[in-house]
Amino acid sequence: MARSKLATMRDAIAEHVNDGDTVALEGFTHLIPVAAGHELIRQRRQRLTIVRMTPDIVFDQLVAAGVATKMIFSFTGNSSVGSLHAIRRAIEHGDPRPLEIEEYSHYGLLGRYIAGASHLPFYPVRSYAGGDLPARNPNIRTVTSPFPAANGGTEEVYAVPPLHPDVAIVHAQRADRAGNVQAWGILGPQQEVAFAARRTVAVVEEVADDEVIRSDPNRTTIPGLAVDAVVECPRGAHPSFVQGYYDRDNEFYRSWPDISRDPDALREWLREWVYDLPDHDAYLAKLGPGYFDRLRPVPAMSTPVDYGSAL
Amino acid sequence: MTATSEPNLTGCTPSELLTVVSARCLRGRRRVFAGIGLPTLAVALAQATTEPGIEQVYESGVTGAHPPRLPQTIADAPLATGAECILGMHALFGYVLQGGRIDVGFLGGAQIDRWGSLNSTVIGDYAQPTVRLPGSGGAAEVMANAAEVFVVLRRHTPTSLVETLDFCTSPAPLRARRANPNVGTTGRGVTTVVTNLGVLTAADDGELTLSAVHPGVEVADVTAATGWPLRLAPEVAVTEPPTRAELEPLRERIDPTRVYLR
Repeated sequence: MARSKLATMRDAIAEHVNDGDTVALEGFTHLIPVAAGHELIRQRRQRLTIVRMTPDIVFDQLVAAGVATKMIFSFTGNSSVGSLHAIRRAIEHGDPRPLEIEEYSHYGLLGRYIAGASHLPFYPVRSYAGGDLPARNPNIRTVTSPFPAANGGTEEVYAVPPLHPDVAIVHAQRADRAGNVQAWGILGPQQEVAFAARRTVAVVEEVADDEVIRSDPNRTTIPGLAVDAVVECPRGAHPSFVQGYYDRDNEFYRSWPDISRDPDALREWLREWVYDLPDHDAYLAKLGPGYFDRLRPVPAMSTPVDYGSAL
Repeated sequence: MTATSEPNLTGCTPSELLTVVSARCLRGRRRVFAGIGLPTLAVALAQATTEPGIEQVYESGVTGAHPPRLPQTIADAPLATGAECILGMHALFGYVLQGGRIDVGFLGGAQIDRWGSLNSTVIGDYAQPTVRLPGSGGAAEVMANAAEVFVVLRRHTPTSLVETLDFCTSPAPLRARRANPNVGTTGRGVTTVVTNLGVLTAADDGELTLSAVHPGVEVADVTAATGWPLRLAPEVAVTEPPTRAELEPLRERIDPTRVYLR
């Protein structure tokens, strides 16, 4: 039997994330590793470069808490319900401290993960010509194709370099003890970032028996060979959602701009909901029993498939 | 050429009008890349009226969505429930978008210029912006790779339709080709801009020109609200008011609780 990679959130973050590391916390609206972000804040990590295609509330919190000094991203916003004010204050006014940014479009940052995961010197994309981003980000360059274009002429594409985060943290529905991660629904760049990173921490709603994972191997989005730690943390993606487990807490997202706009209110929120709580269980207890009732999905079961073979 | 100045001639709200006009523009198109909000409503309305076969692709990788309730974001849980396919990011951006599978991409932005380049990055200077906006996301990819791009603007003002962008997030293919003729950008860029005042359409040279005003809007109102000297199309039509056949499905089936028809 494979070695168990189970760890508590506290131990996984303490062991795998060092001050000054580049840490990717991925998730595309779905499966955002919020509890892991809170643990980074609670353990008072410093000088992190935080990476995500779509920084949202938990990145606003990481910036407000002074955990991050740099952010690599391609779209930063709180969906359509308002701004991330801590990030805006840092970028617009250096308040309370500057936040260095390194910015791409979605395909550009995804390409950095793919190049990192595939051990390539760069990843080519057709975007960026004529835009202002390449002048602001020296990591976006052009490269000439060694092959003629369809019209026989020279063809150039833009190139982005590989990204190797020190740590990738992803959230998923379930994994076995060996770190075979199964996720379904909208997956974002989880597989790419897990393979690009030097170490990967998978946070899951539940640890599943080996038989459950092996009954549906195509559902395994990240194999154990790319996972270093498995943390069981139910509802650890709140206020984002986990398909089939709990829906998105849209009320929380709508409430965030008012908290985030006021530095004192944001500091108080971090104290009340992160620093003063020992762990995510305490966070759930503080939300109260029944909190997730309104977020409970209506079941929509998939039909089992037959993986059988002749003996 | 000019419309009457009587108000409320369309019998509907501004967001209903924007949705109906956008849906009409989708005639003949099959695969649409659209975000949440009015573009999603426009695709659903086109599906309910003139284009039953139209398909919407979401940036989250969902194709053939059949959401049991109206999604709140482009990656909301109901989009996955009952969907025909959920692609990974690599397939979505590489195979679908850059692969040239999209007929129309809907984009928004804080600023648009007369050639259809868009800014969704900053107001002011990049290094010390007055307002930091979300950034490109997939917008630069949509602009570069969709066959054409539609823009829906709730408010037509000289600060949103500008002579010069503060930052070019999503360069029009024309601008891209001028900057680097060796980079193959395949699309036509922005061909249609639907605003609360009228419709701008790209001329053959790519410049956005006024092709229609909504009922009750004067041509002069639109030119005054545009930050560049707005050229008129050879004919400036008056938008046909939304019909009952368009408004009924929109109000009763597509967004009955008026999440986006605010």
